[in-house]
Amino acid sequence: MLDFPRWKRLWLWAITLIGVAAAVPSLTMLAGQPWPSALPDPEINLGLDLAGGSHILLEADTAQVRDLRIEAMEEDVRRAMREADPAIEIGDISTADGRLSFMVEQETQVDAAREILLPMTEGVGLTGQRDWTIRVVDGQRFIFEPTDAGLEQAVENAMDTATDVVRRRIDELGTREPTIIRQGDDRIVVQVPGLDDPQKLKALLGQTAKLEFKLVDQTALPSDVAQGIVPPGSQILPFAEDGRGQGSIAVKRLGGIQGDQLTNAQQGYDQNGSPVVNITFNQEGGRKFAALTTANVGKPFAIILDGEVLSAPNINEPILGGSAQISGGFSVDSANALAISLRSGALPIDLQVVEERTVGPDLGADSIRKGVLALMIGGTAVLAFMFVSYGRFGLYANAAIFLNVLIILGIMAVLGTTLTLPGIAGFVLTIGTAVDANVLINERIREERRRGRRVVQAVEVGYREAQRAIIDANVTNVIAGVLLFLFGSGPIRGFAIVLIIGIVTSVFTAVTMTRMWVAGYLRKHRPSDLNI
Amino acid sequence: MKLLKLVPDDTNVKFLRWRLPFYIVSLILMAASWGAVATNGLNLGVDFVGGQMIRATFVESAEAPVAELRDDIAGLGYGAPIIQRFGQPNEVSIRMRLPEGEDAAQVKNLADQMTNAIVGEMEASYPGVRIDGVDSVSGKVSGELFETGMLALLAAMVAIAIYIWVRFEWQFGIGALFALVHDVSLTLGLFALTQMEFDLNIVAAILAIIGYSLNDTIVVYDRIRENLKKYRKMPMEELLDLSVNETLARTVMTSLTTLMVLLALMFVGPASTFGFAAAIAFGIFVGTYSSIYMAAPILIWLRVNADSFVPTESATDKQEKIARGEV
Repeated sequence: MLDFPRWKRLWLWAITLIGVAAAVPSLTMLAGQPWPSALPDPEINLGLDLAGGSHILLEADTAQVRDLRIEAMEEDVRRAMREADPAIEIGDISTADGRLSFMVEQETQVDAAREILLPMTEGVGLTGQRDWTIRVVDGQRFIFEPTDAGLEQAVENAMDTATDVVRRRIDELGTREPTIIRQGDDRIVVQVPGLDDPQKLKALLGQTAKLEFKLVDQTALPSDVAQGIVPPGSQILPFAEDGRGQGSIAVKRLGGIQGDQLTNAQQGYDQNGSPVVNITFNQEGGRKFAALTTANVGKPFAIILDGEVLSAPNINEPILGGSAQISGGFSVDSANALAISLRSGALPIDLQVVEERTVGPDLGADSIRKGVLALMIGGTAVLAFMFVSYGRFGLYANAAIFLNVLIILGIMAVLGTTLTLPGIAGFVLTIGTAVDANVLINERIREERRRGRRVVQAVEVGYREAQRAIIDANVTNVIAGVLLFLFGSGPIRGFAIVLIIGIVTSVFTAVTMTRMWVAGYLRKHRPSDLNI
Repeated sequence: MKLLKLVPDDTNVKFLRWRLPFYIVSLILMAASWGAVATNGLNLGVDFVGGQMIRATFVESAEAPVAELRDDIAGLGYGAPIIQRFGQPNEVSIRMRLPEGEDAAQVKNLADQMTNAIVGEMEASYPGVRIDGVDSVSGKVSGELFETGMLALLAAMVAIAIYIWVRFEWQFGIGALFALVHDVSLTLGLFALTQMEFDLNIVAAILAIIGYSLNDTIVVYDRIRENLKKYRKMPMEELLDLSVNETLARTVMTSLTTLMVLLALMFVGPASTFGFAAAIAFGIFVGTYSSIYMAAPILIWLRVNADSFVPTESATDKQEKIARGEV
């Protein structure tokens, strides 16, 4: 037990020194000093509760994916049938009840239609899974239903894209080190440190920014539209709150242009000095836009953002240059936000803020200062108390605690984990358990001395007997810590991380390191009695 | 140097003599705690019920004008706020229910409007107020947080009991679990009684209490196990008393050192850890008590005895012994 050959001592010291060295950059940071950028800097990440900033949890409306897919499929089917040779006429198209159904008008064309449609139902992935099931009922009616596997894949893709879009939008804000991670099936966590005004951020993320240009259905009677009676092939959309128009308007569902083929979007002003967004199409978008405006001169078309009509101006002349101006009662801020959103692409799926936590930077700095102060006061009291109670053995324990705190910091910095306020509380508890290990050992040594064991033997028995309880206690604590980490969220995890790391390191410092020091003392001084 | 000894050597306190009255008192306290939770309810924070919470510090005054603030905010027409001081007397948390709305998006919009109105009102009426943070949790997320929090608590307790059962004996597992239920109950009772805010941090605190209390229980149990092997003939009550007395110095030392750090955290640390630190400090008292009076006596009633740790000799063991010439 007390035998520590030189190689073992060197190893133990090397491990300790590496741990302590890794803690140095973090300590410098906590003390408010800059760390020279030339040196490697595994600094510990401060949680938002300490650094200040915003934490936003976004949830996607996955039910939407099904509707969008069915809509897209409808358009694909229409095009495919139109482009077939000879063209296949279809009618009575319905997208209700989560499926697409339509009639092939000529019974003789059913087989031809099936041949064209079947390849369209195959998945894009390598799984060989079909994305759609296709049925023919009553001889002429086709029914397309999205499969669960296909839908899942679509949600997955939509979430990946949404995460990218969110990242691009936040990058435009120019904040430092935002964290954007997917969580579970349908959530995205956004953490932006040091942000004072989360409103701006939320405005940016809350906007789907799906821009569409659709022709206004001029055949629809305003009275019908007001009553919500939809003319076939059209849909009724409301005007945006600040939009250039009242009530709602009927637009043609198909044949419009999606606003995703842009190369640029900038906030600007129109001739009256009102804020607008200037957009520039890419080549294909520009071509489509030119074709649409050329074919429909003199007719109104609606500019639609996220399902609301911003404005419905007349097409006075073909717009061929590939750029356009979007007006619709913007403020400079909202025009700017829209420009950013358009530049970074539309979200493929609506996102909603379901949890939001903001901590002011003042409070964060205050929390660190007070937390560290509390640790220092409490820690000093414990160190003093240990020294008065166990003398030399108390000093060994104190050195172990000191190293323990540093090594925990070092490991956290290297692993890139985050220190939160509950994490500081975790430190407190870890100090408690680490002290407990030494108290157990020292009390046991006292006891064995009282029973008349000789010095070396008392120390050996003390370490051996105490170790059993220490290990059992620590294993149960690790169990609790791991479960906390698995099930817990936010603050609970911050606490669990420190607890788990702290338990492992405290066994190392409080048991192994102190034993090495005690062994060194015994070998060097060969005391006949222990003051313990 | 003369060293400090808080507990004299070789104490011989008859702890177990009073086990029955203490058990009755503890059971009554546990029942009272659950009663308090049932009648008073826990003051659940936005983490668990959803809603908006605004934290603010009245930087220029010593004490936050809670009553005035309550009237002012109620006057805005979003319903009555729950305002509580926490940490320092000039720091408050203001909690509001989420406004009613047709869908999640609308609720969120209304909630944002509400927060802006409240913050605007506070900044206008109270110069020197500092908004420290805003938490907004939707009903769906808060439900999940509550579920996972409770799941973590339950899973931790069961897993730990199983570990102790494996390492010791089934009676010890039950004893430890019972002590944990006792500690958690009393802590919940404290929160129901004082109406301190119960949020995710407090769940973490309760888990810390579980860890600490268990640590204590294991130290006592370890000594009981050791003594059971050592003193095969000693009556159980005497043996338990001996074990508790032998570990008494350690129990006192560890409780004191941990309390020192916790008190520092309570009174010097940041306001948001006050509830957390207070909960653990309370848990240390309860946990220490329960290791001695809950976890130990139950072993008598569950009929632990000196044979519990002597493995029954198998035929092969016997043959080996004979071969070694020990029999």
